[in-house]
Amino acid sequence: MSGTTAAAGGHHGEPGGFLRKYVFSADHKMIARQYMFISLFWAAVGGYFAYIIRWQLAHPEADIPLFGRPIGPDEYNAFVTMHGTIMVFFVAMPLLLASFGNFLIPLMIGARDMAFPRLNMLSVWVLGAASALLLLSFFVEGGPAAGGWTGYPPLSARTAYVGADKGMDLWLLALALEFASFLMGGINFLVTPLNMRTRGMGLLRMPLFVWMVMIASLLFLLSVGPLVAGAVMLLLDRNLGTSFFLASGGGDPLLWQHLFWFFGHPEVYVILLPGLGAMMEVMPTFSRKTIFGYRPIIVAVLVAGALSFVVWAHHQYISGLDPRLATPFSVTTILISVPFALIVFALLATLWGGSIRLATPMWFAVGGLAVFIFGGLTGIFNGSAAVDIYIHDTYFVVAHFHSTFFSALFLAGFAAIYYWYPKMFGRMMNEALGQIHFWGTFLFFLAVFVPMHLVGVGGMMRRIANPGQYEFLAPLSGLNRMITMSAVLLLLSQFFFAFNFFWSMFRGRRAPDNPWEGTTLEWTTPSPPPHGNWPGEVPQVHHPPYGYGLPGAGEDWVPQHRPAPSGAGAGR
Amino acid sequence: MSTAAHASAGAAESTPFPSAKLGIWWFLASEIMVFGGLIVSYLLFRMAGPGWSAELHHNSTLLGTVNTLILLTSSFTMVEVHRAHGRGEEAKFRLHLALTILLGLVFLAIKGAEYTAHIREGLVPAKSMFWAFYFGMTGLHGLHVLGGIVANACLYAVAARPGGVARYGHRAEMNGLYWHFVDVVWIFLFPLLYLG
Amino acid sequence: MFAWLPENVSTFGGDIDSIFRFIYYIVGFWFLATQGFLIYCLIRFRRRPGRRPPYLHGNNLSQAAWILLPLVIVLVLDLWIDFRSADVWAKVKVGGPRPDVVIEVTGKQFNWIMTYPGPDGRFGTADDKKVENELHVPVNKVVQVVLRGEDVIHSFFLPQLRLKQDVVPGRAIRAWFQATKPGKYEIPCAELCGFGHSGMKGWLHVHAEAQYKEWARKMWPGS
Repeated sequence: MSGTTAAAGGHHGEPGGFLRKYVFSADHKMIARQYMFISLFWAAVGGYFAYIIRWQLAHPEADIPLFGRPIGPDEYNAFVTMHGTIMVFFVAMPLLLASFGNFLIPLMIGARDMAFPRLNMLSVWVLGAASALLLLSFFVEGGPAAGGWTGYPPLSARTAYVGADKGMDLWLLALALEFASFLMGGINFLVTPLNMRTRGMGLLRMPLFVWMVMIASLLFLLSVGPLVAGAVMLLLDRNLGTSFFLASGGGDPLLWQHLFWFFGHPEVYVILLPGLGAMMEVMPTFSRKTIFGYRPIIVAVLVAGALSFVVWAHHQYISGLDPRLATPFSVTTILISVPFALIVFALLATLWGGSIRLATPMWFAVGGLAVFIFGGLTGIFNGSAAVDIYIHDTYFVVAHFHSTFFSALFLAGFAAIYYWYPKMFGRMMNEALGQIHFWGTFLFFLAVFVPMHLVGVGGMMRRIANPGQYEFLAPLSGLNRMITMSAVLLLLSQFFFAFNFFWSMFRGRRAPDNPWEGTTLEWTTPSPPPHGNWPGEVPQVHHPPYGYGLPGAGEDWVPQHRPAPSGAGAGR
Repeated sequence: MSTAAHASAGAAESTPFPSAKLGIWWFLASEIMVFGGLIVSYLLFRMAGPGWSAELHHNSTLLGTVNTLILLTSSFTMVEVHRAHGRGEEAKFRLHLALTILLGLVFLAIKGAEYTAHIREGLVPAKSMFWAFYFGMTGLHGLHVLGGIVANACLYAVAARPGGVARYGHRAEMNGLYWHFVDVVWIFLFPLLYLG
Repeated sequence: MFAWLPENVSTFGGDIDSIFRFIYYIVGFWFLATQGFLIYCLIRFRRRPGRRPPYLHGNNLSQAAWILLPLVIVLVLDLWIDFRSADVWAKVKVGGPRPDVVIEVTGKQFNWIMTYPGPDGRFGTADDKKVENELHVPVNKVVQVVLRGEDVIHSFFLPQLRLKQDVVPGRAIRAWFQATKPGKYEIPCAELCGFGHSGMKGWLHVHAEAQYKEWARKMWPGS
């Protein structure tokens, strides 16, 4: 087994020099930090765009503070497009899947690094190249892509239709590179847990976060292909005059939608699952109780993943698809609520009877769960083809998917950052600032996205630059202004995080090895872990994760690497 | 999962498959979805319309067949490379690797000649849906062939060093898996684009 | 929440609204149940010294039953939503009643172009009339619109009639509605279609029978 033995002894020694250590590093922990900084940079950009979008909707055609002038409808489309593209592909995937996947998989399964460290380094560099192309697209003539993050042709296929010219091609190339980056990353996230586990770490003893990252990577690898094919066709349509998506030349605009959404729905879970996985780590630790339903959760996620391949047309009920297809897709879509309900119930049952300490990571985890339930439930409306006739392409949809994405990406993402920050940077974050950050984020999030559902009920269309142009939307202007105010406050709350994040890196209290009394392997090594992850031998694993409250055990928790006391029911 | 105890600590639990092989398999699974997306799109358009038999006849069945045989032969030589590594036959390893690279180049040369002839006749991608698919599918496949040639050339470069075959020869298996995949894709494209 | 819905003025709008409400009550129940449970846990089981939580792993059937039983309820309610929803979908989108009036609507950056067949009721004849952005229909009559796109995808949206249908170049997609109240209603485009997407709108004029005849007389003075 060449791959497994090669990394075991730390086959690449401690790197020396600034460039080798911080830039061209093949160490999974440094790569994780690189991914984190890339995603936080883009999160700041994406958040700024959200602010511009919201300001325009509340005060159309007014000067935008911190931008300096009003924006035109063409610029508005570009901001909407780039906000979506950035948040989905350059924030959510790098932060949850790549950053925490990279950092935690080897530490959690007891490996010294990923299976393919150099491929890992390549993947973050390709993401860097994708980021550079995306940045470049802001400065080319015609501006960046403006066809929506879904890039529906024919709009996206012809410069005459969309306005953006080379910006559109750069957008496609940036996405193609992003996909390539995550294909490489995904191969690592799949192979490492399969082949690099320490002694005693059976597949069903891996922490759930590792399972979630594995399944997310699997979904990505199997779903992105058709969209890559679609991107190739769209590039040909744009540059070689073909007509794959243009009816005038014999093509079909709906083909793109099939290719895009075949990828699009699994992609939702690519983002969601690592977030849920982070909640599944944080919640047992802070309720001092083992996860409820480890195996049922894994089965449910696999079922949801499989179902996600047969629901794509729920984005296309009213697209001109044969209307008889809507009902079967509506059934599969709504059935997805069954496995996700199981996951939610399992997490709630994990809390039941626990001894819950509400530190910042736990606040973000339970807040994330509460919002995830809310967002999941509003998805049922969209899943029903009949209701979708009215709410499709309205702010109801926007409010729904922000509720699910925000809970998984930001609330669960912050839970993960506050929880693993001590391990990653060797310092504790400030607890008081963390709690202020949580309440600001949580309450202002609700103040933005609960009323946004009402805006959708009122019929306001997505991606319109000026609701003031419509009489039937006039009653919504007060709501829109209130949402914008809340969004500004939501964004301002993030400064508590930014300050805490960078200040703690240098001034935070030194972190002990195991500040939260967690049971998984990442807590058995110093914070931050040395090159090779464990100073001595990699610990051996004796029982499943989350060994809290084991009957017969003297202490209320038994880490995975410590043999369970005799008579303790930790055999499963 | 095996619990074979390695002398070195860690990585004791794994599947029976080497990591590199697993990695290639996952990669190829995603590649199947890329070409699958293209082929399904092609079939949908073809079934929706009156068919493309007129356009298909522009393609030379002879050249297509020759190219198919070339790729099949190169798959065979690729297998020989892998076998030579197993038996430690360094000269044979390098010879068959060079042959594989050469056959790949011949394939691309013939493809290039076909492209040139088509474009001279005005049969460019924008001409019709068939030609859009033809150039899109064979072009993407050609890029994959090129990628395989580059990978094999890199392997040749390290295998040409003294002791290189013993040290890097196991990579022939990974290159081979990829090369066979490229071959199989062509086996699908050939009837779709040449035979009708 | 439903106070924010625009007034419904179509025959099938009430059906869509009733599914909307039906789902609202079901998910409202789950929302209250799960969030109530969550808040209860956070208060009741907050950390106290010496408290030792029970070991509930949920991996065997007797424990997993606690989450599997509610799951059965979820499944039943899902299917109930599916069945009710499928009926309404079929009514609005599959087939549709025989039309009294047929009008072609073409989406084009950034206008709706209405083509009326004229008194002969046939398209492609000399008395066809094209009008930008003004759609005139009689009240209480089944109106069929044939939707075509010239350039990019648009979406024909009648908020007060709860009707939405994408307009796709290369296809002629039929949709129908029956307005129940005379008035003037906006026709926004609901699919991003370029820089003029916002503000691409037409007007739907629903006329009482006499006014409709009056309008037709003005449009086709000879007949």
